[in-house]
Amino acid sequence: MSQLPNSLDELRRAFGPHLNLAPPGGWQADSVPDKLVKTHCCFCGQQCGIQLKVKDNQVIGFEPWEEFPFNKGKLCPKGVKRYLQGNHPDRLTKALLRDEHGFAESDWETAMARTAAKIQEIQAKHGPHSFAVLSGVSMSNEKSYLTGKFARLGLGTRNLDYNGRLCMVSAGAGNKRAFGVDRAANPWSDIEGTDLIWVQGSNVAECSPITTDYIWRARDKGARLIVVDPRITPIARTADLVLPLKPGSDCALNNGVLHLLHKWGLIDWAFVKERTNGFEQALEAVKDCTPEWTSELTGLPVAAIEQAARWWGEAKSSMLLHARGIEHQSKGADNVSSCINMVLATGRIGRPFCGYGTITGQGNGQGGREHGHKCDQLPGNRDIENPEHRAHICKVWNCTDEELPRKGITAQEIMNAIHAGEIKGLMLLCFNPVVSLPNTDFTREALSKLEFMVGMDFFLSESMQYADVVLPSALQEEDEGTTTSAEGRVIKINKAVDCPGDARPDWQIMVELAKRLGKGRFFDHFDSSRSIFEELRKASSGGTADYGGITYEKIEQNMGVFWPCPTEDHPGTPRLFEGGKFFHPDGKAKFYPTPWRPAMEVVDADYPVWLTTGRVVFHYLSGTQTRRIGFLVEQCPHPYLEIHPRLAERYGIAEGDPVEIESRRGAMVLPAKVVTTIRPDTVFIPYHWTSKLAANQLTARHLDPVSKIPEYKVSAVRIRKTTPDRYSPELAELQRMAYEARSNQPDIPEQVF
Amino acid sequence: MALVNEEYGFFIDPQRCIGCRACVGACAECGTHRGRSMIHLDEMDRLASTQTAPTVCMHCEDPICAQVCPADAIKRTEDGVVHSSQKPRCIGCQNCELSCPFGVPIVLSGLEQMLKCDLCYDRTSEGHKPMCATVCPSQALLYAPKAQIEGLRKNKPLREFTIGTLQVKTRNAVMVPDDEAPLHLDAALLISGGF
Repeated sequence: MSQLPNSLDELRRAFGPHLNLAPPGGWQADSVPDKLVKTHCCFCGQQCGIQLKVKDNQVIGFEPWEEFPFNKGKLCPKGVKRYLQGNHPDRLTKALLRDEHGFAESDWETAMARTAAKIQEIQAKHGPHSFAVLSGVSMSNEKSYLTGKFARLGLGTRNLDYNGRLCMVSAGAGNKRAFGVDRAANPWSDIEGTDLIWVQGSNVAECSPITTDYIWRARDKGARLIVVDPRITPIARTADLVLPLKPGSDCALNNGVLHLLHKWGLIDWAFVKERTNGFEQALEAVKDCTPEWTSELTGLPVAAIEQAARWWGEAKSSMLLHARGIEHQSKGADNVSSCINMVLATGRIGRPFCGYGTITGQGNGQGGREHGHKCDQLPGNRDIENPEHRAHICKVWNCTDEELPRKGITAQEIMNAIHAGEIKGLMLLCFNPVVSLPNTDFTREALSKLEFMVGMDFFLSESMQYADVVLPSALQEEDEGTTTSAEGRVIKINKAVDCPGDARPDWQIMVELAKRLGKGRFFDHFDSSRSIFEELRKASSGGTADYGGITYEKIEQNMGVFWPCPTEDHPGTPRLFEGGKFFHPDGKAKFYPTPWRPAMEVVDADYPVWLTTGRVVFHYLSGTQTRRIGFLVEQCPHPYLEIHPRLAERYGIAEGDPVEIESRRGAMVLPAKVVTTIRPDTVFIPYHWTSKLAANQLTARHLDPVSKIPEYKVSAVRIRKTTPDRYSPELAELQRMAYEARSNQPDIPEQVF
Repeated sequence: MALVNEEYGFFIDPQRCIGCRACVGACAECGTHRGRSMIHLDEMDRLASTQTAPTVCMHCEDPICAQVCPADAIKRTEDGVVHSSQKPRCIGCQNCELSCPFGVPIVLSGLEQMLKCDLCYDRTSEGHKPMCATVCPSQALLYAPKAQIEGLRKNKPLREFTIGTLQVKTRNAVMVPDDEAPLHLDAALLISGGF
């Protein structure tokens, strides 16, 4: 049984998070490296180029990589301190087995043998699909690809899904139905030369910091910036127009803009008629979306809505960028379509400085969502239910159609099925659902019901605490491979150091496990990341995400290659849709009508305040890595409640007061951060923490019917001022850790200069 | 080629600052700093705005820290860089810390030496930009040829400051937006329906 073996306090003592504060050997150690390894940051989809300083098989620091064209040496604080995830006191270096006292270290053989036996036992008793895999896209393309193949052919289960389900799937669904392909349409260099930048639901400064410089370079040449977000984020502070709309009303705003574009005659009819389908239906859906209607739903002034529509309609060139703000909704895919409709109606896509893109969030959020890591997908962004697509993959994988499972269920649905007792066993890697799925209590209950769970991770994340067997896996810098950045640029991750102890790359663990499960014939030929990539090339060939012509050497020679790249002599495709050619069979783009519908939960008399959640610049996703790095914890040790002074006044709340926030799922107590930069009817909580400090205690398991993304960005809550004794003890512990980081001034050197 | 010369300028643009503290973190990683950052980054007034501002040494033409140093321990080199106090001379009196109009120098008790930004002498002398200006994601900290700044930025460089009765001329520049630059501080003023 996957009950927690110890108290949370005991687990924390044994496995952290503890802080890594200094490089190996301390600040006075010799800092001259043996070598510099050119690679990329592991945190976020920007995938900034970075050089890791390596000495004695340890990463001891970083050096900017100014030649890499995307970021030219620029890094956010996560990138600057990323090296401190190595040589970390919490690092798992031995397999762990659950016993009645907690976790005990195990030799590799025992752990693997037990894992294989339990998988076979559960599948024999309950069928192959009773064992599920939940994975993640902070992993390389090679690991993502192999996870898909391992689940289908190693385990024979259809129930594989990934944490991109909490990240990129709304954008993917909206892009595929509009363009027939799922990738940002432009290289980021197109941002620099554009006239108008429309950013919607993207806290660019904190979640994709390098993009701020692209936006500013455009603004310095005269571009206008419009920012749509319930909060005045740092990039919005100086924008030309800020539209702080009600949470969950994005589609209403975009429908209102399309309505005005049509009314004012600002449609590019030549483009619409020649290069698109479905405009009439899209127009029909917005015919009643007058500025007054839009104002009512969005809480924005009519004049601001009209100004935005006017600027959008009259721009000569434009880039529309969005992110999780619009995608983390129960109409996430429709929000995306409503943005794309604005782009298509004005015909500004597929040429220099004109385009559109979602800003991918996770490290390999782009590449990891292309090669069969999803419940309904095969490599090359193929459809697992399409007979031709299946035939291609069966040929590459040398398996029969019967051996290849069909479509499974999505991440939250897998957790629901575990909770319902339908799925009995789980392999979990690169995913921390206890922090990242909505309704934390439900997730903990579900994991407690598993008959067997095996996890692979480098730290014992809050979710891994439920595992029966934990296999220590590799950090990004301990293996080579490729990732694909937010631009669609395939780049090379280079190995800097060896895995410590018994830890090894996830792909090696899966290959070995497949052999033990009697499926070695599908995996025996994999002896390196490169060998996996060579098969990925063949598997993706002919798909929309075509990597056929990409090689490791070509990536390094060109500082990345943009897919599609079908042949080795093909230069890659930085800008999609040039000449108005889209990926649907008829070559045209498709408008998708987006009739208004409200969020699954709206404010009412009982829960009168909107809650929205998001990231801070100092942490990455569920915080498994960044909550262990001293500098980052010092800057932002714990969550807080952002609240407008007008709302705070109604409840008698002052800066720093403890506030209880309660939804229909749960309640938590956080200190108030009183700021004028958020709508007065809305509060905000960053989501990187766990247990009683997890924002997802409050969020609901409401899913988008198309993308199955949870509605993290819209919940209804009630708030009240409370007393400090209601704070979770974890808050004090995190404040203590921040103090530890702050007061851990390095030793005084004898001579500095 | 050394990048510390008359041709190159350091431009600080708080309008772009996103408060990420990459500069603070990276400064501490710089070869000789050994975990100590020489940059301050301040939230101006978080209640009212997300505005943050980095403070690096402005490298004054006639540095006040050097003027007030009783031990003559603070030197400005010909390239315009004002350096940390010279260890053998420094008496740790903190005059420099107290007098700097920008609040830059830090005197470490125990070390008895004043430490401050030296424009990454070890990096700039070897042809690199200073560490903070290399990593800054929004390029609120910019190191670039002075002659190019007009083409690069709309904001105007300011190198002369009046602080109380002091007139200060600096090597580094603060970038100043024009009066028309938009600024959004209170979401309550941008919504309809009132609250």
